[in-house]
Amino acid sequence: MSERETKKSSIKEISPLDVYKLLPRTNCKVCGEENCMAFATKLVNQEILLESCTPLLEEGKYKKNYQKIWDMVKPPVRSVTIGTGENAVTIGGEFVMYRHEFTYYNPTAIAIDISDEMTKEEIGNRSKLIQNFEYHYIGQNLRLDLIAVRSTSSVPEKFSIAVKEVIKNTNLPLILCSHNPEVVKAGLKASEGKRPLIYAATKDNWLEMTELASTYNSPLVVSAPNDLDLLRSLSNTILEYGIEDIVLDSGTFPNEGLGKNINNLTMLRRASCKKYDELLGFPLMGNPMVVWFENTKSIEDVKWKEAYLASMLITRYSDIIVLHSLDGWVLLPLVILRENLYTDPRKPVAVDAELKVIGKPNENSPVLFTTNFALTYYTVASDIEKIDCYLIVIDTEGLSVESAVAGRKLTADKVGEAIKEFEIEKKVKHKKLIIPGRAARLSGEIEEVTGWDVLVGPLDSSGIIKFLNEKWKVGEIASK
Amino acid sequence: MAEKKREEGQLKIGSENNFIDTLGKFQELELEDVELEIGELELWIQPGTGAVAIQSTEKKSKPSQIVETKFEPPIMEYPGQVLEVILGATKGEGGSRSKTFTIGGERTLPYYSFESNMPNPPVISFDVFDTKIPLAKPVRAQVEEVLEDPPAWAKLSVDKFGAEMVNLHLISIDPLIKDTSPKEAAKTVENVLQAVDVPIAIGGCGDPSKDMKVFEKVAEVSEGERLLFNSVTLDMDIEKMANLMNKYGHIVIAFTSMNLDDAKELNRKLFEFMPRERIVIDTTTAALGYGLDYAFTVMERTRISGLMGDDQLQNPMSSGTTNAWAAREAWMKMEPEWGTREQRGPIWETVTALTLLLAGVDYFMMMHPSAVRTVKDVIGNLMKSKISKPEKYAEWIKMKI
Repeated sequence: MSERETKKSSIKEISPLDVYKLLPRTNCKVCGEENCMAFATKLVNQEILLESCTPLLEEGKYKKNYQKIWDMVKPPVRSVTIGTGENAVTIGGEFVMYRHEFTYYNPTAIAIDISDEMTKEEIGNRSKLIQNFEYHYIGQNLRLDLIAVRSTSSVPEKFSIAVKEVIKNTNLPLILCSHNPEVVKAGLKASEGKRPLIYAATKDNWLEMTELASTYNSPLVVSAPNDLDLLRSLSNTILEYGIEDIVLDSGTFPNEGLGKNINNLTMLRRASCKKYDELLGFPLMGNPMVVWFENTKSIEDVKWKEAYLASMLITRYSDIIVLHSLDGWVLLPLVILRENLYTDPRKPVAVDAELKVIGKPNENSPVLFTTNFALTYYTVASDIEKIDCYLIVIDTEGLSVESAVAGRKLTADKVGEAIKEFEIEKKVKHKKLIIPGRAARLSGEIEEVTGWDVLVGPLDSSGIIKFLNEKWKVGEIASK
Repeated sequence: MAEKKREEGQLKIGSENNFIDTLGKFQELELEDVELEIGELELWIQPGTGAVAIQSTEKKSKPSQIVETKFEPPIMEYPGQVLEVILGATKGEGGSRSKTFTIGGERTLPYYSFESNMPNPPVISFDVFDTKIPLAKPVRAQVEEVLEDPPAWAKLSVDKFGAEMVNLHLISIDPLIKDTSPKEAAKTVENVLQAVDVPIAIGGCGDPSKDMKVFEKVAEVSEGERLLFNSVTLDMDIEKMANLMNKYGHIVIAFTSMNLDDAKELNRKLFEFMPRERIVIDTTTAALGYGLDYAFTVMERTRISGLMGDDQLQNPMSSGTTNAWAAREAWMKMEPEWGTREQRGPIWETVTALTLLLAGVDYFMMMHPSAVRTVKDVIGNLMKSKISKPEKYAEWIKMKI
């Protein structure tokens, strides 16, 4: 057979029973689950690794069954790991085209470029900026993932020096970028054991690049700009050669080529996720930094283009992207977009309705409420984390304040019930309730139902501290 | 191949003869986990029955040249199609607009031009408010002069910012704001219709009973203009609203809060009273970082369901993209490393819009001129989808910046 084809079903169509039949069925609990059926259920939901079933791996008699289960549950897009150790990045490993079909797994990895013609100082500073980029977003630290070292010089020695300089300043994994195998080889030697991603094997250099990937045990990008026949052929060839950690690059184009990006990436992802084409079942790459080819009057315009092109590539299936801009305003929407799209849509959007004790409140501390929509709750909680107070989380079936008021999921009665249920009147001496600005409509009714005085808070919870400092007269606000 | 053999259960290796017979039925045979001892088994194939390729999966010879294959574009069939809805009416059509827009009509997922082309580009409409409202600073700076003059605001949007359409939001009718009367509100609409000749959308304040009263008056005074009424919701008198649209020849946005069942229910109810070609659906837009993932996924599911044949979800989609400005990162002052809000705000609106564009939005309500310009450019480029000299871009590696 010249082409690999398997009959495979979507992960959603696999029944835990199909998996269960192939398991040891000893209920040995080594995997941490109560029994083999529980393990099978978790496995088809991708909540546990197949490798946790150690008897399946270790005992010879299960070898075939292991392979059968793996063929059933493995993602149609292979996961590829770049780098080693705790900073290694895994891309791909995706099961579906649309996140509502299951969930997306490994967020698009973001790489920033460094040129081998930069000075030592420039390389050092840029590496550190990339490594130190960080944004706090609802309980998470959003960061950048890799450094793409480009050989603009095409001189192996220069490339080697640049790669060493980057490694000296950061422990982020690398992409080594050159079409010249000699240059890449110099980079691989300079980063031995670090498993960088090689960019790229083309129709002209694939043999040398494949040999390098094999010798240095590195993943390899296969590049064929806007030529999917060639891309598939190269992938086929390299697979035959024995390299399996492949990343596909169908080229990225600005302006009139935007549609080509969307089409190529969509076709590739559909070929793997819907048609199970194993020659194309690999992570996809996008290079929004191609916008820098353009000579425009304003650098600001180029950065703007890079930002929005990158966002479109994140939305449409790129598993790894390379950018040049390091500006906060360019990167911020991108790290947040990828965080949003790679959130598991199967997880509830609601947090538990309960009384949150923030800091060390006393009987004079403020009492506020918000809804149990996860985004609303985390935003409010992080805004008031430095104040001692009580925060009532009301069950609005996971709606934000505004939607909950409009949809009658947040009512005066619900507020009243929460005050009773959480026994607020035993916790504080006062009867003053701070309500969200967007629930202002309910203030009269809440006063009637609860007998508490209502203080209408700010429209956005970022204003709560200022609001309390001005309006809270009961006791002192301990704002640290 | 191995699958096929197993399924058909035809391969029985009982005797050598039988084996050879069976081999003849296949064009190609792959042997797995079989140890062949030369001499013990002789394979001979009769001419014309095809060749036997014995391939070891363990040791392949390394290729020395590209092993060519073809890429078959994975085309899908969609039983459904998005409805086409026409916005605005010219003099000849009973209105007074200089042009009209047709939205919808898709036969494929957004910009999958490898399957079929997008029949109509999405339309971008500028938000105009009938009273002074709190606006993010970068937006306010653009419209400072016209904040309390809706006709002038509309004119500025069309003449200076190139608005294809205008959304006039009658928020002052809110009993909690100014409680503007239906008659006064209708007057404002007439003034805006006088000031600009593009198609217009009319937004209410969100109070179901007040909106209805105002819409009644506005629909009447603008008879025949095919205004886009924003919006009808499940808690309104749906029959009344539908009859209003029918009687005076307007279009309505069916608005629900990120819930496909609600969207279907509202459409089902509307279909009883009005033609489907007069309905646009809005499943709610949340800002990047503040629920965009839900908004995106609900829209993507809506479009996929519609194309797969669910006739309750086949209307063009509208997005209140201006909601992007609710994100703090769009309007708040931050540490200098994050840039100015004049930089962050417009890119926030742009990224929110482009993400939803790829989910299938046909009608955008937006605010910032730079964001609108960008989204318009992107739509134009996506509709063209062509590339000359793709190899050039492979040289990004060597590009000197």
